[in-house]
Amino acid sequence: MRSLKKVILAAAIGLGLTGSAFAAGEQIELPKQEWSHSGIFGTFDRASLQRGFQVYKEVCSTCHGMSLVSYRNLTALGFNADEVKAIAAQYTVMGGPNDAGEMVERPAIPADHFKAPFPNEQAARAANGGAYPPDLSLMAKARPGGEDYIYALLTGFEEPPADVKVPDGMYYNKYFPGHLIGMPGILQDDSVTYTDNTPATQAQLAHDVSAFLAWAAEPHLEARKQTGVKVILFLLVFTGMMYAVKRKVWADAHH
Amino acid sequence: MAAPQFKNPVVRWIDYRLPIFTQLNHEYNEYPMPKNCNYLWSFGAIAMVVLITMIVSGITLAMNYTPHTAYAFNSVERIMRDVNFGWLIRYIHMNGASMFFIAVFIHIFRGLYFGSYKAPREILWMLGVVILLLMMATAFMGYVLPWGQMSFWGATVITNLFSAFPIIGDHIVTWLWGGFSVDNPTLNRFFALHYLLPFVLLGVVFLHVAAVHVHGSNNPVGIDIKGPQDSLPFHPYFTIKDTFGLGVFMIIFAGFVFFAPNFMGHPDNYIPANPLVTPAHIVPEWYFLPFYAILRAVPDKLGGVLAMFGAIAVLFVVPWLDTSKVRSANYRPLYRQFFWVLVVACILLGYAGSQPAEGIWLIVARVASIYYFAHFLIILPLLGKLERPRPLPASISEPVLKGGGRLATAAAAKPMEKA
Amino acid sequence: MSDTTHPAGGGGQGGHEGEGATRRDFLYLATGAVAAVGVASVAWPFIDSMNPAADTLALAQIDVDLSPIQVGQSITVTWRGKPVFIRRRTEEEIAAAASVNLAELRDPAPDSARVQQPQWLVMVGICTHLGCVPLGQKSTDPKGDYGGWFCPCHGSHYDTAGRIRRGPAPLNLALPEYAFLTDTSIRVG
Repeated sequence: MRSLKKVILAAAIGLGLTGSAFAAGEQIELPKQEWSHSGIFGTFDRASLQRGFQVYKEVCSTCHGMSLVSYRNLTALGFNADEVKAIAAQYTVMGGPNDAGEMVERPAIPADHFKAPFPNEQAARAANGGAYPPDLSLMAKARPGGEDYIYALLTGFEEPPADVKVPDGMYYNKYFPGHLIGMPGILQDDSVTYTDNTPATQAQLAHDVSAFLAWAAEPHLEARKQTGVKVILFLLVFTGMMYAVKRKVWADAHH
Repeated sequence: MAAPQFKNPVVRWIDYRLPIFTQLNHEYNEYPMPKNCNYLWSFGAIAMVVLITMIVSGITLAMNYTPHTAYAFNSVERIMRDVNFGWLIRYIHMNGASMFFIAVFIHIFRGLYFGSYKAPREILWMLGVVILLLMMATAFMGYVLPWGQMSFWGATVITNLFSAFPIIGDHIVTWLWGGFSVDNPTLNRFFALHYLLPFVLLGVVFLHVAAVHVHGSNNPVGIDIKGPQDSLPFHPYFTIKDTFGLGVFMIIFAGFVFFAPNFMGHPDNYIPANPLVTPAHIVPEWYFLPFYAILRAVPDKLGGVLAMFGAIAVLFVVPWLDTSKVRSANYRPLYRQFFWVLVVACILLGYAGSQPAEGIWLIVARVASIYYFAHFLIILPLLGKLERPRPLPASISEPVLKGGGRLATAAAAKPMEKA
Repeated sequence: MSDTTHPAGGGGQGGHEGEGATRRDFLYLATGAVAAVGVASVAWPFIDSMNPAADTLALAQIDVDLSPIQVGQSITVTWRGKPVFIRRRTEEEIAAAASVNLAELRDPAPDSARVQQPQWLVMVGICTHLGCVPLGQKSTDPKGDYGGWFCPCHGSHYDTAGRIRRGPAPLNLALPEYAFLTDTSIRVG
């Protein structure tokens, strides 16, 4: 019991320190974006996902890991097996132990998970002024609003209102619960140079990386929706037939 | 009942030695159902199908799940990402829990409306309440298994309820946890019990079905079958009717699974459990919300816990609290209105449970909780004495045959079967 | 349960059987067939979920560097959770394997069918009797009466091409699918 109280106390302090105001139930309205993958027949925009991966790779991955995604999963973005192999080979990961019992560095292979920017949470906190950049694998499912929230957050950095004092190492964001966030507004126009000549505006970068994170959180979204359409059509036909059978069977029951 | 003559010699050979086919024929083929049972009577069969779905999907998930704090979250994500059709099976299991409660809640309110708990069906009803309790325990422990933030903190909050009991409370909680906080031993035992309880549940369901078959199903009129003109054989009339009802239910089920799989879940459960950070707003799954609201409506900790368990315990004695001899609310003008007040109270409790326990919703929760208990403990006993029921028909087939009734109109509206 | 006849369905009341009954039967059959298709389609995801998952399949191929292996040495690598024996055979071993009279063999196979390059023998190191791992990889191991491998569980002797020569095992040691990527590396699987 005592340990639990300690835990809850620690949690309360932790929340207090991040300056969170969401205990008060403040509702922040998130602007809705257009996503090609929303709706019953929605599919991912492969080109956008590839650009989003580039944004992740060149900007986000400095601090944020994606531990649940493997390089081999990138084939779903439209990369072929050799391209995926080349992407994986850009990273070195710890392998081994070899026969001498030593851990050795080796190039990553497609079966490896995305390489984490920090070896552990403590290292991540030490490098980020005490804040822990969360893993992004499930971010689009782990926050209310999903990809809309990610987009809003990435484009929501602005000058704080006069009455808000922003402590050192914190930044003001219109859409972050509590508004004070440890992450700087890192995504700016032309933060990334796209290879397909898409203008790399802040809005475009945020849109692409949000779509990429939506894919990462729910990689089977397309299969799910396509199967769903078939299943529901089947059930409609079957249930319709069952209704006809029911009427026939019951036709003489009311005499 | 004469033993049926089976044409198939193998069936006949087995049946002579172990009369399972006679039994099946008796219970599910020629078993007489009141002919006026409407689609509300399909929800028992629907709940049964959902239970089977949960057991099949659950066993498949267990083949890929690791009950360890360090691996549980990632093993669930591996199911979602790598296991063939893992995403489908997990979403079926996740949403199936909600669909199970939807079917069972409708089944329970149907029983309350039509007085299905009255003599001689008291044990049938009480077995049903046992099923509800087992479902709640199973669902609660299942929600802990993915080891997300809501899993962890839900388990912490609910197990802490037991600390409300004086003197032994803390010992009970430590015993439940197998340690000093919700941790790996807790996860392990929850997994073991989450796997076990559905089969216990299935056993109680068989008793429940055996009990209903002793005196037969109740029906919308609430009077017993008086002769063959009042009933129809279970097969094909009700197997077909239930299958159609099941089809409609499955369309809704599939709608959730394929197009809004996380609608009834909570985003925080996609964050791995962190014993040092409590989510800002802990809510249980929607099917627990009315009970959660009752818990929080009482300002005293022990009182809240007792009220919450009492809300289920009171269901056990409903057959004796309701003093009216008339079963169906269709013939009880006053009870019918109170029934709908109870439905509204439960929905309000559910909504209040999802809101922070302060301000208007705390008041709503308190008023609705008081009504909930008053309904069973005061209104039901008094109504039986005060209410003047409408005259009952002489038999089930009478309102069907002599016109005027809903069913008769429906039958007349059917096109004649003509080539 | 369909064994018993029913008062329902056929309709004892109506006089009009014939065409109506046929259409009704068709409706019942069609609905039953649709239901059967539905049940079968639902069964498949559950059955398929027990097949190897994507991450398991991703590791189902391994690349092995052969350059450190000296003539007469063997290494064991793990592929799909099973040991794969890779042996760089000596000239004598190759000659011994090639000179065997195929008629003597329980599971006849010429040496040329056992290898892609005579020097390199690549086999799944699991005895075809009851699944033990035969000895013979290390220079100190017993190699059996035919200079290859010896299974300690029930005494099966394999020759220098991994063929069964004596003992209870019915078949030669299995060959995995593999291909030479370069002269000194192979991909198994």
